Amino acid sequence: MKAFTYERAASPAKAAEAAVANPGAKFIAGGTNLLDLMKLQIETPTHLIDVNRLGLDEIAATRDGGLRIGALVRNTDLAAHKAVRRDYGVLSRALLSGASGQLRNKATTAGNLLQRTRCPYFYDTTKPCNKRKPGTGCAALNGFNRNMAIMGTSADCIATHPSDMAVAMRLLDATVETITSDGTKRAIPMADFHRLPGNTPDIETALAPGEFITSVVLPKPLGGTHIYRKVRDRTSYAFAVLSVAAVFDKQGETRFAFGGLAHKPWRVEAADALGSRGAAAVAEAALAGAKTTEQNAFKIDLTQRTLAAVFAQKEA
Amino acid sequence: MTMTPTTLKVNGKDVRMTLDPRTTLLDALREHLHLTGTKKGCDHGQCGACTVIVEGRRINSCLTLALMHDGDEIATIEGLGSADKMHPMQQAFVTHDGYQCGYCTPGQICSAVAVLEEIEAGIPSHVTEDLNKVAYSDAEVRERMSGNICRCAAYPNIIAAIRDVAEGDKA
Repeated sequence: MKAFTYERAASPAKAAEAAVANPGAKFIAGGTNLLDLMKLQIETPTHLIDVNRLGLDEIAATRDGGLRIGALVRNTDLAAHKAVRRDYGVLSRALLSGASGQLRNKATTAGNLLQRTRCPYFYDTTKPCNKRKPGTGCAALNGFNRNMAIMGTSADCIATHPSDMAVAMRLLDATVETITSDGTKRAIPMADFHRLPGNTPDIETALAPGEFITSVVLPKPLGGTHIYRKVRDRTSYAFAVLSVAAVFDKQGETRFAFGGLAHKPWRVEAADALGSRGAAAVAEAALAGAKTTEQNAFKIDLTQRTLAAVFAQKEA
Repeated sequence: MTMTPTTLKVNGKDVRMTLDPRTTLLDALREHLHLTGTKKGCDHGQCGACTVIVEGRRINSCLTLALMHDGDEIATIEGLGSADKMHPMQQAFVTHDGYQCGYCTPGQICSAVAVLEEIEAGIPSHVTEDLNKVAYSDAEVRERMSGNICRCAAYPNIIAAIRDVAEGDKA
């Protein structure tokens, strides 16, 4: 690990201020992804701003019947929260399908959104990677790319976003609330929070430098049946090859979001409207414009089959 | 790099240390306090050998900095019990032969103790059918222990040991 200086932030605005004052700084919350990357010298912050003692660990009802989740609420607590279990089952299920018990005890809501890809070439510092080192190329394009993205990819990057939680947050139309060093607050819809790679795969979110996430807000509950179905190479403690988050509400409205397909949680409005026509129709709309490699073309069939399983689970 | 003072409450005792900020909780325990029961396996949060209980929760001590835990209560395998006075989970691992080489065992035991508390507290898991009805089952334990790898594959005996303690708790 490269050497760094360490400070404990006194407030969210002060944390943002410290990050602006130290261009090499990173916030550290759970640290489960950041420290892993620091040990491999993929992340080399010169200054760490520890935000763990800022509070921001509560889940509270909002005026319009939703929930405001503090940025530092741990994944375990979010999944186990009574209102989340009752009203946002897809979020509980997504969280519980990710990582291990130890990691969920530490990982935070904001940190989960900000985790980096697990693309093996991003992790291998002897290989080119436009995300790790802009301009060096993408070793995944012609490499081992079985688990890479098929939607929204670019010639510079085909990495996926690894989070399960983010897929559920996108499905639920959550909003990310932030603060900057001058105290300015803003709300970023999940749809706009993560970016497609384009020619700047190193820029992964809509956050400005130093901008600090304070909470994530869920709109009022949708009701209905919530399903999160994750396909992976082993049955526990593995990242998704593909995942489907779905809500079938009581009015017959449907919505679908996908993990393991893209650089961000993947959701297509046109596919949401096709729930009544079944898995094949939803898959076709969701995967319009897919760009596959020889190794990951199976994700097309897998998406349709996983959707079929979701529809069957809904009927069960 | 600035050496930074910090105090941890390890197994009930306050210990003051001055650390390089890079020091993980795992290295602070092993290299500074010589509590070598906690093991370094992968050092990347993948194997669970470094599992300790911090403020009542099991975490990977390799993926957190000691400085982040100033004032926190930390329980390691040494704090759970001793050779003369074993914790019920330690006794159950011995009774059921829940190990072969033993390297992952301290992490397995710390994790197992916390897993039973998590079930007791009603925290659901991926295999919990009804999110609001959390109860002990072997399937629950298998899922919840997936962050602790045993390369000797003592898994059946680990499950038997944990089941034994869970049943003892109920009795």
